[in-house]
Amino acid sequence: MIMLKIENLQASVADKPILKGLSLTVNAGEIHAIMGPNGAGKSTTGYVLGGRPGYEVTGGTVSFDGPDGPVDLLSLDPHERAAAGLFLGFQYPVEIPGVSFVQFLREAANAQRKVRGAPPLSGGEFLKLAKEKAALLRMDMDMLKRPVNVGFSGGEKKRAEMVQMGILDPRLAILDETDSGLDIDALRICGEGINAIMRRPDKAVILITHYQRLLDYVKPDYVHVLAGGRIIRSGGAELALELEREGYEAVA
Amino acid sequence: MSVAAALLPTRRLEDYRYADLAALERIWPVAVEEIVVAPGEGGRLVLVPEGENVARHLAISLGAGASFDLRILNAGHAYGRVAIDVTIGEGASFTLGAAQVGGGEQMLELVTNVTHAGPDAQSRQVVRSVLSGHATGTYLGKVMVTRGADGTDGEQSVRAMLLDRTATANARPELEIYADDVKCAHGCAVGELDTQGLFYMASRGLPPEVAKRLMLQAFLAEAFVGAEAEEALNEAALAALEPLL
Repeated sequence: MIMLKIENLQASVADKPILKGLSLTVNAGEIHAIMGPNGAGKSTTGYVLGGRPGYEVTGGTVSFDGPDGPVDLLSLDPHERAAAGLFLGFQYPVEIPGVSFVQFLREAANAQRKVRGAPPLSGGEFLKLAKEKAALLRMDMDMLKRPVNVGFSGGEKKRAEMVQMGILDPRLAILDETDSGLDIDALRICGEGINAIMRRPDKAVILITHYQRLLDYVKPDYVHVLAGGRIIRSGGAELALELEREGYEAVA
Repeated sequence: MSVAAALLPTRRLEDYRYADLAALERIWPVAVEEIVVAPGEGGRLVLVPEGENVARHLAISLGAGASFDLRILNAGHAYGRVAIDVTIGEGASFTLGAAQVGGGEQMLELVTNVTHAGPDAQSRQVVRSVLSGHATGTYLGKVMVTRGADGTDGEQSVRAMLLDRTATANARPELEIYADDVKCAHGCAVGELDTQGLFYMASRGLPPEVAKRLMLQAFLAEAFVGAEAEEALNEAALAALEPLL
């Protein structure tokens, strides 16, 4: 079953073309890694799929398998994409002063449930779920009572992203450099979290990363090299090792 | 009421520089409401003015070692003005937390004159405004530290959030210091909602109006931190926000 089908996607930021004909098909049950040099368009890919304002699609199509079948992803607003089952893990998670994680995530989870016609989670139900996912990422529940990402270290922010993913239970996660800023232990914890939450036949993951190290923990089924705004090479997990060994220039 | 007090002020008076004089004329004269807190005593007041056009004027006097906690929600008026004169005695402490919420053509203003008349006293003012449409929110705040009021600790934190470029925020925190060893801080900022934060929240499934509400609620709540009626004030502020979203 096809989870995501990107065809000839072109996008610009501030009138500068970044994506220049990106095509990628991701099936349910698969984990894909997108690697590539700085400026290749990796983060832009995530933002365009998430619908970030300022990232203008100038061509191509994206079909996403939502809860009610395939939808034109690009026609949805960002919050509608989330409700359809898309999760975007941020490279730089944003701080929201004064709004606690618990409040933010409960509102978010219930907003998504409302769109899907599910009843809202009660305070108790939500806390139980949050506790379970926080434990999975070895995060103290007290941290989730603090304002969203405020005062969190880089590693804590990334773990909090994974806790959010666990709570929101998406169909497809696009994780933008989840491994950046993580120490060795946090890298393993995040990797295990991704496997526990997303390694399922009805889910899929796109990992955007510079390095092979996260892929030691989250084994990709496919690895793609993104350069100059398109995918120039695809292969299995061994391609990541080859890239690590020989560099982008040699492989691409 | 003396004749002088009954005369309508003009814009030449700094405290009325941004006032809606036509609206003010309809409710003039404004009686001064006096509050005296005896030495060592504590007091508090929650002020939520009501009315289409409304002006209130409080004169608060704090004796030595006294404290007063004043919270204001100035919202929903065509014209809403709150003027506060405070005289603070030795070692006394004054807290003001005020939120102004306006849309349409509304004009809201808060004018404070805080006088540190004795040494080692504290004043802390937190003012948060959310303005949309063609609304105007004004804060004129003067902190005067008189001769001999050494050890004064005065703080003004003033922030306004404009939801539309057509809204206006006037903010003028002011210090006049005639004493030594004084700690006075003032911060003032006018901004817009953080678009990165809004996208982050949307990416988690929050519709824009819910995301905005959460952010603005948190912003206004800064004025009510530590208030006894914190929860009720936050709810009232949220109700005032709704028509702006």
